[in-house]
Amino acid sequence: MTNTTDDSKEVEDLEIALLLEGMFKRYGYDFRDYSLAHLRRRLRHRMESSSLPDMGAMLHRVLHDRSFFELLLRDLSINVTEMFRDPDIYLRIRTEVVSRLKTYPFVKIWHAGCATGEEVYSMAILLHEEGLLERCQIYATDFNQIALKKAKAGIYALDQIRQFTANYQKSGGRESLSDYYTADDHSVILKNWLKKKVVFADHNLVTDSVFSEMQLVVCRNVLIYFNRELQNRIFQTFYESLCPGGFLWLGSKESLRLSPMNKHFDPLFADEKIYKREL
Amino acid sequence: MTRPSKRVPYEAVVIGVSAGGLHALRAILPRLPKNFPVPVVVVQHRGADSDGFFAEYLDQRCLVQVKEAEEKEEAAPGTVYLAPANYHLLLEDDRTFSLTLESRVRFARPSIDVLFESAADVYGANLIGIILTGANDDGSRGLATIKKRGGLAVVQDPVGAEVDTMPKAALQAAKVDFVLPLAAIGQFLANLYEE
Repeated sequence: MTNTTDDSKEVEDLEIALLLEGMFKRYGYDFRDYSLAHLRRRLRHRMESSSLPDMGAMLHRVLHDRSFFELLLRDLSINVTEMFRDPDIYLRIRTEVVSRLKTYPFVKIWHAGCATGEEVYSMAILLHEEGLLERCQIYATDFNQIALKKAKAGIYALDQIRQFTANYQKSGGRESLSDYYTADDHSVILKNWLKKKVVFADHNLVTDSVFSEMQLVVCRNVLIYFNRELQNRIFQTFYESLCPGGFLWLGSKESLRLSPMNKHFDPLFADEKIYKREL
Repeated sequence: MTRPSKRVPYEAVVIGVSAGGLHALRAILPRLPKNFPVPVVVVQHRGADSDGFFAEYLDQRCLVQVKEAEEKEEAAPGTVYLAPANYHLLLEDDRTFSLTLESRVRFARPSIDVLFESAADVYGANLIGIILTGANDDGSRGLATIKKRGGLAVVQDPVGAEVDTMPKAALQAAKVDFVLPLAAIGQFLANLYEE
């Protein structure tokens, strides 16, 4: 029995490798260095939902059917986010980081993997309240076109606003969150002026080139889906994208600690995932 | 017998628990010796913004180290890892941890099924899965997967469980090897590896 299960695992792993290779060669999206445990889950889930017999059948389908590829793309990108997610850390950004950003004549911020944009608007609101937004340029990028379109629209479900508001208040918000949106029966629509310093762009962290001279890079809950090698590559990308002394802000469970790039960054606080690039 | 611990093939223990978990884990984990030879990984359902208190509380009462699992950290022997609140916890083939924010699986994040199924991929027949008290059926699919891969399934005796829904669901879903009262599970694990 053990042998059969080991065999079937080996075959499935091979099929997954071929599937990822096929997706990369055919469509240019590279998932080959994603966390395998995560990939297995998502791909098996798609296989079952689409009633396919095995990963080999899925490879065939994805090569011949672009709409199926787009379905898979959605399965493989996790877009869980909210406004002012981890409000205590937003408070730290507001009280400790913004004052340092203010020393620059002009501030460039990159939200790498911005998903549906909630955190981009959170940042714009924070910068506005701290009187810095006018001097900022925010680049918000994601490889998922559907998510990016939502981000650009800035329209969110009304039932989320209670959570967003609670987060905003805990994050040190100075006004009322409702100052920044209009609401109808189903949704909240963020005010257009919040977008004036934001450029939304299609960009794939894994395959596309670096940005330059950023004062702050925000990349939260993106790297957890990557394997160690890819994480290191992306940390290198962030290093090259930041100005000396620039800030890197990771998700609350992400860390540079186990990466060789660790030596080029200093944590700003003991455990709060904000790092400063070496000079 | 020489070095009987080598005889035990099980390389890891995964535990799933929901309502009544703190009490249940307190009854089990303090019985593990400091040099418990394999990692123990626990999914305890809890609130999305619950902090590190849970791990700290248990750590102070156990001989083994109890901590929250960190992303990319390697699962080491003599250590109990708790899934952090609001993230799924998975094991990779190289025995490191991954976290994901994939949506809730049957209302749960962390989900017991997610941990158990990924651990079954990694450890195959060399895995022990344990389901304890809880008010839902999370974990029963995962336990069935562990059995399918040839691993060992243990379930807390529903009689005497603080909430019996989860143990009952697990017993229905999988061919369970041992049904034990809470008080016996810690000793069972300790004895398994005793020299």
